[in-house]
Amino acid sequence: MRHRSLLILTSVLATGALTLTACGSRSDDSKKGGDNSSGGSKTTVVIGVDAPLTGANSATGLGIQYGVQIAVDDANAKNLVPGVTFKVKALDDKAQPATGQTNATALVQESDVIAAVGPLNSGVAQSMQQVFESAKMVEISPSNTNPALTQGKDWATGTKTRPFTTYFRTATTDANQGNFAADYAVNTLKKKSAFVVDDKQTYGAGLAGIFQGKFKSLGGKIAGTDHVNTGDTDFSALVTKIKNSHADMVYYGGQYDESELVTKQLKAAGVHIPLMGGDGMYSDTYIKTAGQAAEGDLATSVGVPVETLPAAKTFIDTYKSKGYPGDYGTYGGYSYDAATAIIKAVKTVMDANGGKLPSDARAKLVDAVQKTDFDGIAGHVSFDQYGDTTNKQLTVYQVKGGKWTAVKTGVYNG
Amino acid sequence: MHTLPQQLANGLFLGSMYGLIAIGYTMVYGIVQLINFAHGEIFMTGAFGALAVYTNLPSSMSIWAALPLMLVGGAIVSVLIAVGAERFAYRPLRNAPRLAPLITAIGLSLALQQAVFNWYPHATAGKHFPQLPGGPFHIGSVDVQSGDLFLLGAAIVCMIALGVFVRSSRTGRAMQATAQDPDTAKLMGVDTNRIIIIAFAIGGLFAAVAGVAYGLKYGQVKYDIGFQAGLKAFTAAVLGGIGNIYGAMLGGLVLGIAEACATAYIANVPGMEQFGGGAWAQVWAFVLLIVVLLVRPQGLLGERVADRA
Repeated sequence: MRHRSLLILTSVLATGALTLTACGSRSDDSKKGGDNSSGGSKTTVVIGVDAPLTGANSATGLGIQYGVQIAVDDANAKNLVPGVTFKVKALDDKAQPATGQTNATALVQESDVIAAVGPLNSGVAQSMQQVFESAKMVEISPSNTNPALTQGKDWATGTKTRPFTTYFRTATTDANQGNFAADYAVNTLKKKSAFVVDDKQTYGAGLAGIFQGKFKSLGGKIAGTDHVNTGDTDFSALVTKIKNSHADMVYYGGQYDESELVTKQLKAAGVHIPLMGGDGMYSDTYIKTAGQAAEGDLATSVGVPVETLPAAKTFIDTYKSKGYPGDYGTYGGYSYDAATAIIKAVKTVMDANGGKLPSDARAKLVDAVQKTDFDGIAGHVSFDQYGDTTNKQLTVYQVKGGKWTAVKTGVYNG
Repeated sequence: MHTLPQQLANGLFLGSMYGLIAIGYTMVYGIVQLINFAHGEIFMTGAFGALAVYTNLPSSMSIWAALPLMLVGGAIVSVLIAVGAERFAYRPLRNAPRLAPLITAIGLSLALQQAVFNWYPHATAGKHFPQLPGGPFHIGSVDVQSGDLFLLGAAIVCMIALGVFVRSSRTGRAMQATAQDPDTAKLMGVDTNRIIIIAFAIGGLFAAVAGVAYGLKYGQVKYDIGFQAGLKAFTAAVLGGIGNIYGAMLGGLVLGIAEACATAYIANVPGMEQFGGGAWAQVWAFVLLIVVLLVRPQGLLGERVADRA
């Protein structure tokens, strides 16, 4: 009996594994075949996208996918690079580092994918960077804010070294964002005591740590700290702790999926203090879920509000008229600019090669992207020696009348 | 420690939900010795069934009027899926080695999750669930939300009804007989297949109530809520003594309260600062489970059954 059950277990597992592998390779092949046949006389160049498109963080993740899509459609319509048709291949990483790495490998293996935009989460980026580095393929994230991704793990002590030459980002870092938030909390909101919560992820824990350090150095008191698990929904014990700590604000390092429930349960328990967070919770979904409880809550986000940028008006109109899902507000503009940087770099590389795509186009693209210098729809786009954006604009948003309203825009400087 | 009453209340509400789901695990195990790992997903589909009813009702209808219909809708979905799973997935394997239905249950769980993910409209991200108006109510130093009251009330009503049903009704006694010895029960004229279906149906019903309560409490349902809730409920069932319905509820309450108190107080113990907080709550819940099982391998209310070793 024992042997029989073991046998069944093994065969079920083996069949499952085989089926999964078979599915994976089959879908890749068919996709590739389709791309080649539709190329015609023009060369088809594919820009990969990796972001959470379903499940947690998907509202902002879809904003990345369709931000890139619009950039690619614009480039094709304007014939920005003669002889080249751009395409988007979007993969869903479900905000999981392991899935992100699988996606990175899949993108690298497809010969017509030239570069990638994404991912959304810093923790996912960590698992993808090495894959792209080995393949000498450019990866531009519109949203990763963890400083270590570009400046190395010792960035906090001032020893900055760039770990990966193929990784770039159009979002500024949490070293700026966390400090900017703490500065606003202490000097503008006059908050004296903060309860700091994070979700233990690369992004959330990093951001919360930076906020906490700055808040203390500005004379604020940390009333308490706690960590939650992503995917948790019951925060009643945490809420009771916050209530009892008599903090006058909560700072949350993490994504909207958890913070919208934290603020809801917090206000329901009669604790009417604002919850503040970073770009991960700057999403319309946050307000939709938390409802009235979101009123007065704050979030910092990268860049300036896209609505205020004249260059972004057409982008927003296109996004709305096409009825694309997701939130373009958080990273849509930066995704558009990231894709445009790749498209412009393709042109540079081709111009230098007599109008043809060189065989080592991916590697040549790394240098071309490094030298990027143009005005995008969300601001000026260029990268420093670490691959970080030189555009360090940040904005504080507050929920007023059921909408995120920009209350302060600026640059963090010391 | 003046937050203790509030933390106990938090744990009580959370635990009631675990308990309601755990009933499904424990009843099915008690009768067919199957750990129905798809039960967490039956809880999730119950919540989505109720949500589907709510979405299709006229928006002028108040939540109080809609609630009974939502409960009925959720119960229909959950019970149909639970009974369907028994009929088409587990019954053909009833005499197969234990591992076969177990793996089937895991597969079914994944399939149900993906089915809701793919076919329920816009279920790829969290769905908004209506909440009960009113509250919070202040009882001494404890704040209670209206969703919590519904949950607690539902748990009490369901438990009493189940207790009466199992103890006094003819079917309930047939159920006890089947649990004790299916072969003898069959010889005594008990239709064991019918009893097994009823056990699955009751589990589905309780899961649906828990699903609606979950939606009302948190205002949001997702396609993957069944996994964690199911895992906790299974733990609760084992903690209380799997096979015992009162044990399932007690196990749920103990687990809920342990989680709430671990979140709140472990960090205050000198030298344990880094092991406290919400992130470690689940670890402490499982430490508790292991300690209880070391002392009482049959669970809190479980009985040592010699003839089934």
